[in-house]
Amino acid sequence: MSLSFYVHIPYCIKRCGYCDFNTYTPSELQVGATLEIVSNDYIDAVLKELDAAPLGLVPTIFFGGGTPSLLPADDLGRVIAAIKERNGLADGCEITLEANPDSVTAEKLKRYIEVGFNRISFGMQSAKAHVLAVLDRTHNPENVKKSVDMARAAGFKSISVDLIYGTPGESIDDWCDTVTKALELDIDHISAYALIVETGTKLAAQIKRGDLTMPNDDLMADMYLLVDQLCEAHGFTWYELSNWSKPQHECAHNIAYWRNKEWWGLGPGAHSHIDGKRFWNVKHPTAYKQRLFSGESVVADSETLTQIEIDVERIMLGIRMREGLEISTFSTQQMELLGGYQDDSYLELLNGRVVLTPTGRLIADRIVREITI
Amino acid sequence: MPAISLAKAPQPASTDPAQIRNFCIIAHIDHGKSTLADRMLGITEVVDPRNMRAQYLDRMDIERERGITIKSQAVRLPWRSGIDGGEYILNMIDTPGHVDFTYEVSRSLAACEGAVLLVDCAQGIEAQTLANLYLAMENNLTIIPVLNKIDLPNAQPEKFAAELAKLIGCEPEDCLRVSGKTGDGVKELLDQIVKQIPAPKGDANAPARALIFDSVYDSYRGVVTYVRVIDGHLSPREQIQMFSTGVRHEALEVGVISPEPVASKGLGVGEVGYLITGVKDVRQSRVGDTITSYANPTKHALAGYKDPKPMVFSGLFPLDGADFPALREALDKLQLNDAALVYEPESSAALGFGFRCGFLGLLHMEIVRERLEREHNLNLISTAPNVVYNVTMEDGKEVRVTNPSEFPDGKVAVVKEPIVKSTILAPSEFIGTIMELCQERRGILLGMDYISEDRVEIRYDLPLAEIVFDFFDQLKSRTKGYASLDYEEKGDAEGNLVKVDILLQGEAVDAFSAIVHRDKAYAYGVMMTGKLRQLIPRQQFEVPIQAAIGSRIIARESISAIRKDVLAKCYGGDISRKRKLLEKQKEGKKRMKMVGRVEVPQEAFVAALATDADIEKVKAARKL
Repeated sequence: MSLSFYVHIPYCIKRCGYCDFNTYTPSELQVGATLEIVSNDYIDAVLKELDAAPLGLVPTIFFGGGTPSLLPADDLGRVIAAIKERNGLADGCEITLEANPDSVTAEKLKRYIEVGFNRISFGMQSAKAHVLAVLDRTHNPENVKKSVDMARAAGFKSISVDLIYGTPGESIDDWCDTVTKALELDIDHISAYALIVETGTKLAAQIKRGDLTMPNDDLMADMYLLVDQLCEAHGFTWYELSNWSKPQHECAHNIAYWRNKEWWGLGPGAHSHIDGKRFWNVKHPTAYKQRLFSGESVVADSETLTQIEIDVERIMLGIRMREGLEISTFSTQQMELLGGYQDDSYLELLNGRVVLTPTGRLIADRIVREITI
Repeated sequence: MPAISLAKAPQPASTDPAQIRNFCIIAHIDHGKSTLADRMLGITEVVDPRNMRAQYLDRMDIERERGITIKSQAVRLPWRSGIDGGEYILNMIDTPGHVDFTYEVSRSLAACEGAVLLVDCAQGIEAQTLANLYLAMENNLTIIPVLNKIDLPNAQPEKFAAELAKLIGCEPEDCLRVSGKTGDGVKELLDQIVKQIPAPKGDANAPARALIFDSVYDSYRGVVTYVRVIDGHLSPREQIQMFSTGVRHEALEVGVISPEPVASKGLGVGEVGYLITGVKDVRQSRVGDTITSYANPTKHALAGYKDPKPMVFSGLFPLDGADFPALREALDKLQLNDAALVYEPESSAALGFGFRCGFLGLLHMEIVRERLEREHNLNLISTAPNVVYNVTMEDGKEVRVTNPSEFPDGKVAVVKEPIVKSTILAPSEFIGTIMELCQERRGILLGMDYISEDRVEIRYDLPLAEIVFDFFDQLKSRTKGYASLDYEEKGDAEGNLVKVDILLQGEAVDAFSAIVHRDKAYAYGVMMTGKLRQLIPRQQFEVPIQAAIGSRIIARESISAIRKDVLAKCYGGDISRKRKLLEKQKEGKKRMKMVGRVEVPQEAFVAALATDADIEKVKAARKL
């Protein structure tokens, strides 16, 4: 059995206006404590949780957040070392760090390589200052290129940037600039996400008040088609709905999610998928730590998937990928329904597999709803 | 005290007609009729003060809440005249107070010799009161004009006394002044009823003839029939016969209401009371019919009997399709008590299975619907009401259309629609506004009269279809609530009418078709296509929405294809949430109706067809 690890780092310097992730500023959690103390304590807890994970060779580890690059490389390295010692790392194990372009230095990056990281993903979001301002991001767009180059120099084999489109006030021209600038960087991978306004965020409040207006779905769709075409033109091939890469630079960790492999999520709020069961940890870092140090389970809740749910998930996840799904996955009735979408050029049949076209990817959820029962 | 105890009062079956006075109260809904009736019950001491409650005679919740009387009542009130000291029996016959029930009102009036015309002296007479007054005058009833609510600070008794005097041809000082609230003037009113209203006349030895003026289904006792004996005598255990059907029944119980039912030895000439035969359906005991003796039947029915005729039709559909059998059962039950209600099963591609129901008018429709929902716990959607059209084809074939979807496709020669003669009373400052509205609604002005210095009566012929379509709301809002409306049938007239179909992707949707005047077809088409464009979500293909008369397209809208329906992010922690969201969205999809390939949410049908209240209700149900 192989087992991927996700390690959640629930800390940020500040919370961005659109973000509803499970993250906190260190001072929110421990008044007066230095970042080093918080980090060290937290990693101790993570390592304790690791004891509960099953054994099995590890093909990928992904440090997400939050802002993992906020923590000292050596703390993150302790986790990698522990997993390596306990489970063993598969050949070419992909170890990813999510990083804020502002929070890295040449030395830090070098140290990340030394402790085992080989892939880095920068939250670039946009090349436009006015878009970043609406997103409440602190980084200077100029810093992205610097950080990417430093990461390359430090020895990262795979470098990715995350982009966000559909921010209030962002025009299609703005987005075209952002994608073009991203493609000029020395990177191997791009993720591009439509902005989702989550309830309870500062952004949601601004929209509700009428201070900001969300772009309509047509503009969002145009933006998606634009990033897809620009990426393909620059040698980045789509391999999942929101992800494009140069050959051999697909994110193996995320592919594990989409192929329904097994993984263990370490940290508060992290989800795991083991043996047909999904479970997730308590959300708050303090509760998480208290439970671990008093010997209790950190699992907040779980679900054992029924065969129907497993089938739905397989279609829901598989349809998002370039490899698509084998025709044999579908019933005759489902294929009939898919035939309608094929007639409207939303999907194609390639080598016995159902694969979405760019316009089809934009309505993937609708297609899944229609064919799953 | 002028009250007489019930035990000592003249008894039913042996009361001399000379001691009887039968009267009704004609009043607009909020002019205080029920309060005055309560006061009469108190003063005559037929209701013990301990048992008194407001609006004593209104039995149904809906009657109390809306302040209207749906079913009539007849109460026997013993009274000693303060003028001649004689003992009398006053039968107060309550009348329904709405335009939809004109026929029922006319039968109640036919059971009386006199009427109290009750007018709120802060508001003046209203159109429906005027219409009922005219009915009473046609029935040769003695009218006693009464100004109510004289205790109100804004009462204008002089002004409205002049108005009433002018209407009925009396002197302003002949108008009595009462306050139902304080009881002022009520004794005097009872005395005047005795003095002014003639005693009933009839032949005690002739074959029995009794007029049915109401018929009520009671779940314990079956149908209770309210009657006024004209000639002869009705006794318990007697075999009786319904004149219109010839059907024979046994009078199991005969009695009077005072104000609770009390069995009696019978009912004699001029008396008012009830009888129970054990039938279970009011259609076997119809308002206006004549009851006679089976052994010694009359040859001459009382005049004025009519079959109830539905004027307005609407589809009623259960919100939850599984409630269809329950709806059928509820309608069956309601019909036991409502001879005017007709219905037949209907199926709509959009709304599923339901019933096409015929009503006397809009209020009747609302009441039926409300009773179905309230008393039978159903959640209903009703389609926009329409009238009955008579269509003659070029080949001479005639088609009766109660549902736009039945409108024939071939060559139509003539379409006839029902016309009503309407009367509008309003302050004269609104004359222009009202004429404008009636003009828009294809009205033909018949005449106008000032009923007082600043109040005017305007008469129009209007197509009933126009009234059914929010006319009353418009009239009220354009006259700040001051205008009142009454109308009566006036037969059919030819109209330049066409059927407008609404097509989704080229396919006509029956539920959205409408029969409208040719001049308004375009406006309807634009309105409905525009509404649907807002209501139908984008599909994965473009959906043209068209309005057409036959094959000619008169309006067009289009819903562009949906371009984005996907969540961009789907990582480990998102999977459960996303799957659950899909499942939830699938539940929503089940509530979609397929029209060809187009998914139309039920909400769209409701919003396009139904009233605002329906829309709110559907929204609320969806949140559960």
